[in-house]
Amino acid sequence: MSEAFVDIQNLTVTFTGGRKPVRAVGGVDLQVQRGEVVALIGESGSGKSVTLRSLLRLHPPKRTQMGGQLRVAGQDVLKMSSSQLADYRGKVTSMIFQEPLLALDPVYTVGAQIVESIRRHENVSAEAAQKRALELFERVRIPSPERRLAAYPHEMSGGMRQRAMIALALACKPQLLLADEPTTALDATVQIQILLLLRELQREMGLSVIFVTHDIGAALEVADRIAVMYAGRIVEVGSARALIREPRHPYTLALLKSRAHGALAKGARLETIGGAPPDLSALPPGCAFAERCSFANEGCRQTAPEVVMLAPDHGARCLRTDATAAEKVPVA
Amino acid sequence: MTSHSTPLLEVQGLVKHFPLKKDLLGRGGGVVRAVDGVSFALQKGETLGVVGESGCGKSTTARLLMHLIEPDRGDIVFDARAVGGRELGLKDYRRQVQMVFQDSYASLNPRLTIEDSIAFAPQVHGTPHAEAVARARDLLARVGLAPQRFAERYPHELSGGQRQRVNIARALALQPRIIILDEAVSALDKSVEAQVLNLLLDLKDEFGLTYVFISHDLNVVRYISDRVMVMYLGQVVEIGESEALFESPRHPYTKALLSSIPSMDPDHRTEKPALAGDPPNPINPPSGCRFHTRCERAEGVCSQRVPTLVGGTAGHPVACLMYEAGSGHSAAERAAA
Repeated sequence: MSEAFVDIQNLTVTFTGGRKPVRAVGGVDLQVQRGEVVALIGESGSGKSVTLRSLLRLHPPKRTQMGGQLRVAGQDVLKMSSSQLADYRGKVTSMIFQEPLLALDPVYTVGAQIVESIRRHENVSAEAAQKRALELFERVRIPSPERRLAAYPHEMSGGMRQRAMIALALACKPQLLLADEPTTALDATVQIQILLLLRELQREMGLSVIFVTHDIGAALEVADRIAVMYAGRIVEVGSARALIREPRHPYTLALLKSRAHGALAKGARLETIGGAPPDLSALPPGCAFAERCSFANEGCRQTAPEVVMLAPDHGARCLRTDATAAEKVPVA
Repeated sequence: MTSHSTPLLEVQGLVKHFPLKKDLLGRGGGVVRAVDGVSFALQKGETLGVVGESGCGKSTTARLLMHLIEPDRGDIVFDARAVGGRELGLKDYRRQVQMVFQDSYASLNPRLTIEDSIAFAPQVHGTPHAEAVARARDLLARVGLAPQRFAERYPHELSGGQRQRVNIARALALQPRIIILDEAVSALDKSVEAQVLNLLLDLKDEFGLTYVFISHDLNVVRYISDRVMVMYLGQVVEIGESEALFESPRHPYTKALLSSIPSMDPDHRTEKPALAGDPPNPINPPSGCRFHTRCERAEGVCSQRVPTLVGGTAGHPVACLMYEAGSGHSAAERAAA
């Protein structure tokens, strides 16, 4: 069997800058095939963005310990030298961020930033790069693209800036696109435009995409597979269909039930998850969710659960998957 | 809807324009028409949801309601008394209407313990210190923060959800009748958001509150609101009972907005965005109906004639020429025929 395009094995990320080391990611395994879209969902502090940033090694090296294995297109990302890393970033893997205004350089025009990126990786003339930038702007459907290339980031609206950042990320024809909450700061009407654009570009260019979001709705709109993270680990992974129709991890169930949605009766209370996520610098010995879990028993507090395969492409890290099988979640 | 009783709050023709500075060469100027003729009534005990894209004037409306900014024109009438004049002074008015903001950290004084933050306003309004503190501790318990553990803490020692509970407790400290929630749960994680929404429902029952709930999350608005007001570029385009509005929206903008909600079904994904592009700039809003530049039902008349918010028998009020008899829009002609 050939290796997956992205192969993450037992990735751990520990930040050592503070008083106590914080284990933000504690053993993540994830494979992404060529042309596949995987969404990582979870709440603040679950480690989804840290996992994503690890794929570009964006964490400060002096204050971060990384372990495990991280391979993209056959290359070992954790072993790259800084010059290899510079070639890899943008060319093989690139990223779009939640807040384009912070991610784009405010003192250069958007066009200049795209041209710079192309010429850093490819030996082409400034004119050719400019022409490519224009094509990219047309591709992400920015109206009057010539004029917009000469605009500074602050002169654009939020949706337009996000399109410009997508153009910048795609400038060097990467094979893997990482998206960190790309639509969270946008209006619902613009969010759906950007999600559909990402889906279309992904299909046309055969991109692999890892998409981080806290919004299950956005994930279902674009992802083939969804991985749910909690306290630095993937607790459930499966096809988008399996995850929404037959969620089996108690955390996934609780997350889906806590959503306000159209099918709810007026005045009905939302189901909530009691307690708070565990302190990442002092994790319990057993399942990290046990404290808040309505299915947990003594065993859950003692033993950290392994992944249970429920179907060939659906796994949950839980000791009580037999008990959660009967649970139903209404979605609308 | 209890249309026969006096509304608790009535807003008539509210207008707020922000002038723009001219640059060094004297270019620019102009005005941002943030809120341009907004009228609505808020009934006692209801929750009014306000939705719309960014720049539609939701938050400016909220700030005008609180008199945090002065309206250029328009009247606010609270409980049959005009606000800001001799009938009801601002200080008295603000006892009755309180607000919770989106950024839970920025809206708390970082140098006050949360107990002091909550007790601050009642003391300004003349409550003795000891009594104000006792009430603050009581309110902390009410919003689910044990006073013995939390009262002495500072805002930075709390999580986002806990801080928002503090802000809610502070809003309640003056025993107001209306609370304006401006994206109050938007920055919270889903599971925390659910807890805060439940808390809001409980408090509403317990204290007999009336809410104005501003949010961009349409699912949450549908869940919590009795009525919903849809805004576009500083104007109200549709207002109605929550279920009626979500089940059978009338204005083309409301329809587009609602169809932007993700489908939650991987087998029936959204294929085409309902609206192209971002909302136009409120500096120079389009002529006639402001939505006509993005509306798929727009006709020639829409760029010339300004629609008015009309009720009619066929449902809730909507500002669209398709529903205005004799407007010249073909849909209105057909309805009349």
